[in-house]
Amino acid sequence: MAVAVRVIPCLDVDAGRVVKGINFTALRDAGDPVELARTYDAEGADELVFLDITASSASRETTYDVVRRTAEQVFIPLTVGGGVRSVDDVDRLLRAGADKVGVNTAAIARPELLSEIATRFGNQVLVLSVDARRVTDGTTTASGYEVTTHGGRQGTGIDAVEWAARGQELGIGEILLNSMDADGTQNGFDLAMIEAVRAVVSVPVIASGGAGQVEHFSPAVAVGADAVLAASVFHFGTLRIGAVKESLRANGYEVR
Amino acid sequence: MTAGGPSVVVIDYGSGNLRSAERALAEVGANVVVTSDMAAARDADGVVLPGVGAFAACMAGIHDVGADDVVRQRVEAGHPVLGICVGMQVMYDGGREHGIRTPGIGVLSGNVVQLEADVLPHMGWDTVVPPPDSALFAGVEDERFYFVHSYAARAHDPSDAAGETVSEHGSRFVAAVESGVISATQFHPEKSGAAGLRLLKNWVAVVAARS
Repeated sequence: MAVAVRVIPCLDVDAGRVVKGINFTALRDAGDPVELARTYDAEGADELVFLDITASSASRETTYDVVRRTAEQVFIPLTVGGGVRSVDDVDRLLRAGADKVGVNTAAIARPELLSEIATRFGNQVLVLSVDARRVTDGTTTASGYEVTTHGGRQGTGIDAVEWAARGQELGIGEILLNSMDADGTQNGFDLAMIEAVRAVVSVPVIASGGAGQVEHFSPAVAVGADAVLAASVFHFGTLRIGAVKESLRANGYEVR
Repeated sequence: MTAGGPSVVVIDYGSGNLRSAERALAEVGANVVVTSDMAAARDADGVVLPGVGAFAACMAGIHDVGADDVVRQRVEAGHPVLGICVGMQVMYDGGREHGIRTPGIGVLSGNVVQLEADVLPHMGWDTVVPPPDSALFAGVEDERFYFVHSYAARAHDPSDAAGETVSEHGSRFVAAVESGVISATQFHPEKSGAAGLRLLKNWVAVVAARS
């Protein structure tokens, strides 16, 4: 027996409401986050991820409230990411009821933020969220993948695979690897990218971006993902968590 | 509904998310207070010692509020204590992280060491093997529980492993202990869905029976 492959729905939260768009633009409202969290818990979700895409700091108070209400009602792990810029932001989210915090852009600007968070709260709270794509337009990286910011709209020229390894050195406990090329396409995960990151890190890797059919999940695990994440296909009922787990089980992977 | 339940103090020494533990214990009928007031912890029917992060940092926080003494006193006096995650680890004699050994509270014998596995932390839902007479795992012997840790106490030989629930990640480790009034889980029952709630309910029943 081994640790089960985790199936994780991701909820994009803006000002207290769940939204998810194709390739992060053209947002569609898909409901109340607490209600959705309860539903996913009942359907067998192994963890939940809230990605806070709220722009204004005033609305961010709404996010803390959503985290608080979710943690009071749903007894499975909750990761919150988006707009986390400081050790204080992490502290506030953990106090509100988050178990793990995802850090993305702020760590690209200042990588030491990762070691500061890990030192203060332990590496188990720290998820490095990597939005990566194949390089384009004359940019080159050793792996052929680069880290992006702003929901994939801006390239950084930073090698995504090297960044994952650097994150591990700085004390992260997990990597949420999101393919900006595959995100929203529903054509399957970027398997080569998952494999490349798996080869250089020993922390768990969550594969994200591109899931459209139940058959897409097992190949991601086969190339090294410890967990699989999807958003809109779950919100809109295209796929059910139970069906994803059945497919994983049929392919010989342990699920809860 | 919780008015008649046993009093349970969750010790607050600045470690992680305590909201879930508080709410989960209330959900299963305990009268829960989260506090760093050790007088309250001494008098409560049950005490929960939580903990996430580094062994040394947790031990320092525990010592600052005087929780180490309270745990020892409660164990001596026969009052239930539940350690969760690093709150379990610090009940052992000591823990070694990054080559540095930190003394623990010492109410469980043994030391906490790093797991030897390809992927660390051990993160996610895993199976456990409880002893046949386990009170904690009654009704949830075959369920998975949510772990997130890189360190653990090594499991004893099955012959003398009284009270140990074992799991495996790379090698065998202690997933839970039931030793006299001490209960402890390396996993997070407050994050282990319905199975975790049932386990906490079992513990609260033990507390109620002793109060």
